[in-house]
Parts: sequence; C-alpha cells; structure tokens
Amino acid sequence: MGELSRMWREMPSRYRMQGDKCGNCSQIYFPPREVCPVCHRDSIGKMQEVDIDGAGEILSFTVVHEAPPAFLRQKPYIIALVKLKEGPVITGQIVDTLPEEIDIGTKVRSVFRKISEDGKSGVIHYGYKFIPE
Amino acid sequence: MRKLSNVYVIGGGESKYGELWDRSLREIAVEAGLKAVENAGIRTKDLNAIYMGNSLGGLISKQEHLSALMSDYAGIASEYIPSMRIEASTASGGAAFRQAYLSIKSGEHDVVMVGGAEKMTELYGTEIIDITSSLVDREWEAFNGATPAALAALSARKYMRDFNVKKEALAAISVNDHANASLNDNAQYRNKITIEQALNATPIAEPLNLMDCAPMTDGASSVILASEKYVKEHGSKGVRIMGSAVSQGPFALHSRKSFYTVEPTIISTKKALEQAKIKLGDISFVEMHDSYSIYGLMALEDLGFAQKGHASELVENGIGLNSNLPVNPSGGLKAKGFPYGAAGVSQIYEAYLQLSGKAGKRQIKNASYGLLHNMAGSGAASVVHILGVE
Ligand SMILES: [Zn+2]
Repeated sequence: MGELSRMWREMPSRYRMQGDKCGNCSQIYFPPREVCPVCHRDSIGKMQEVDIDGAGEILSFTVVHEAPPAFLRQKPYIIALVKLKEGPVITGQIVDTLPEEIDIGTKVRSVFRKISEDGKSGVIHYGYKFIPE
Repeated sequence: MRKLSNVYVIGGGESKYGELWDRSLREIAVEAGLKAVENAGIRTKDLNAIYMGNSLGGLISKQEHLSALMSDYAGIASEYIPSMRIEASTASGGAAFRQAYLSIKSGEHDVVMVGGAEKMTELYGTEIIDITSSLVDREWEAFNGATPAALAALSARKYMRDFNVKKEALAAISVNDHANASLNDNAQYRNKITIEQALNATPIAEPLNLMDCAPMTDGASSVILASEKYVKEHGSKGVRIMGSAVSQGPFALHSRKSFYTVEPTIISTKKALEQAKIKLGDISFVEMHDSYSIYGLMALEDLGFAQKGHASELVENGIGLNSNLPVNPSGGLKAKGFPYGAAGVSQIYEAYLQLSGKAGKRQIKNASYGLLHNMAGSGAASVVHILGVE
C-alpha cells in the first residue's frame, strides 16, 4: 500500500465515521456517497456531511484465518457485517471479544483502533472497529 | 431492419490448469489460443479481432495491455487487427466472450478469438491474498481486513442460519466438482474427495474451509467465434450462442439488499433464457461460478433451479453427470481450477465440448443446452450465456 494521500483524504470517514445524508430524501449513507442511489440527479449538490454514532448490530460474521500481509499479526480475526443505527450496513472487525461470545444480533459499538500496518513503508492505518456493547 | 447474425462457437482449446511454475502468462495464453485456432480449422490470419479476459495481470505479473502481448506472441501482430482486454474481475472471461459475441452479432466481425488467461501462482506467501482483495471494495471492505473468502463466509453464515442449512450441503458442491474433475485431464485437482474430507479441512474464513474455496490456478482457455455467414461458407461445425446477458449490481456485499442473493444472476439468466426462447427445464447442464461452495448453492437458486434456501435439496438429490441437472461437468472452479480471468472462457469451452459430443469420459448424454454462469467477485456482476445445438 503506502497510498498516503488516499488515507489522508479518507480520514474524516475512517476516524470519526463521517457519512453523508441526502438532502432530498434524508437517507443516510456510510461510506459517504456523492450521489444518492434513490434520488439520483435530484440529490446532486444536496449531500450533507453527517457523523455516524457508531452503534449497530451484527448481521453476519466470520473468523478470518488466511489474511493478507497487513493483517497477519492480527489473525485469526473477526470480520462482520454491522448494521448501523442510522441504517447503513458496513464491513468491519469485531475486537476485544471471542467468536464464541458474539452472534448474529449482537449489539456492538465502534471504537477507534489501529487497522493495519504496511510493513514496507511502515505506515500505520487507523480507523473504526467494533466491540460488543 | 437488417437481420442480426447468429453467432457460433466453432472451436476451442486450453492449457493445463494447475500450478504451472515453469510457464509464463504469455505462454499459456498463446498455447490456448493456438489450440483453439487449430481446433476450429481456421488460420490465425482469418481472425478479425481478439478479446482477452484477464483480471489481475497488472498486479500479479506487473504486465498490462495483455491483449497486445497476446496478439504479438500468437504471431499475428502484422495483421494489425483489434485486440482488447476486458476486465470484470472474476467475470472477465465471460465478459470478454460476450463482447466478442456482440461484435459478430452486430455485423462488424466474422471470426473472433476469445482468450482468458490468468497466472495466479506467480507470487509466494500471502501477498496474493492482498492482490485478490482488489476484486472487492478496496477502501471499505479490504481496508478493514475483509478478503474474498471472508465475504463469502459472511454470506455463508447468514445463509446457513436463515435456512437452517448444514455444512454438508456446501461440502457436496466441492465433492461434485472433484468427482467431475477426476474425468478431466486438464483439471488441477483430479482426486475425488469425500464429504468428511470436505468438512474437516483447514479453516480459511469460518464457516468456510480450504475445501470450500477454489484454488489458486494458472490456466488459459480460448474459443473461436464465427458468424452464420462464415459458418455456412466454410462448412464449420459449431454450437450456437443462444443467449448472452450481463448485469451489474452494488459493488460491496454490505450495500446489497440480501447477502445471499445475487440479483445480477437472476436478471442475466432471465434475459438469456428469453433470448434463447427456451425454459429453464430445457437446460441439459450448468457450469456455475462456485469460487466458494456457498456461491454454488446461491447460484443454483439465483439461476432458478431451486427456491431461495432450498438448493441443498437439489444437491442432495444429485447434481452428478448422470443426474437430471449435471452441474460443473468440467470440475468447476473448485477442482478444474480457478484462473480468475480464464474461468468464464473455461466454462464456454466445456459447453462447446459437451454440446459437440467431444467431452470424452465426462460426456453428458443428449446434451442440448448448456447454461454458463460467470460471477464477479462476491456477486457484483454476473454474466450468463446459453449455448445450444440446433
Ligand atoms: Zn436521496
């Protein structure tokens, strides 16, 4: 990796879960979107930045045993589909727990954590993960 | 309005599928292409165009513009014909085939080569897991540690929970692939496996294990397409492309309404059947995109062969070569092998063999119509083709 400008650009969304709200239909999007898939051109210029609370619920999860280089030191780790209170579903890690202690339906909350480290460039990426409530 | 040309597959060829450490991407691509040319009874200078399916050549082999390389090393650069690479991740092969089909149907071309090639075992270690994660949303899935296997596992857990499906049903998909591949000389894994072996393999992304996941494969497949005019003039034998459709839906798994329904498969299948003017019940065999066993169950449902959540019953009743619905006679992605950009072309080649009665030990009796399903990544897009004998 080592794509510094991309990581810098994405900071508001990765660090404090900044999403978008459609000014036309009020639907909330995370990750952020430039155009609302419901309102199409009617949403252009009307997408407003909105902070996501970080509370949600596990819709599905897996324990990853075969990981790419940037995640080798974390394996095995839990990846889940989390439905946020505001509506969007996102993909993220569940941490500070064991696979036996979570299930579909478990309530979770976002925390700010180290996501991965790029061995070659030494860059450490931060972002959101989730812990059980 | 001018009548559009019917389009035929008049030949094909492929390299061995497997870990081909002594062979380069260009070598296997050219080998498949030249075999296809010979098999179709044409000469390379007869080709009007080349379409090439490849997914990860840029990242794995650090080589782009593979279509130019392919045309040059096939020895036909001096013909100055168009040659293009089509990229749609793991559906690149099916997508390239469709573009070639359209180019003939439109009247632009008469004879076109489609090649699919991928060299997956070039890198050692876990680097390839990061590279294959470019199939999915890099910024919002892979960034957080999701891999293609992890996404398939998320679909699997939800599916198994909602429909009370046991792991045995997933395992049966892989067992069937291995049984069929045992009859395919070009397949990567020709060993049969049992349900027990499939259930007890090393975990990859729970609930999926090694036997639920298609392998890393080097391989290339190629087919030659021709117009009705060319086929008549040259007396070529071929099978007709009766339906061709592609559909693109939400990219990331988390953006989809359902985690175990691939809408693009449903939509493409409906379109392809309409074009072919046949019913699902007329289909003689299916080559489906089972990069992960769960995707096999999902595909059988999205293609329409079973109600959502009930593919396990179909699989229990048998999907072998002698069943009512033979699935993956080639050995499928799990056992014939899974060179990403070649997978869709591999399916077409199998259909060509089956429908021409050239499939040898794995020949399906009275094969009239084949349904081919090539999916991108975790289900962002699907390409569906129907080939038939008339
Ligand atoms: Zn809207």
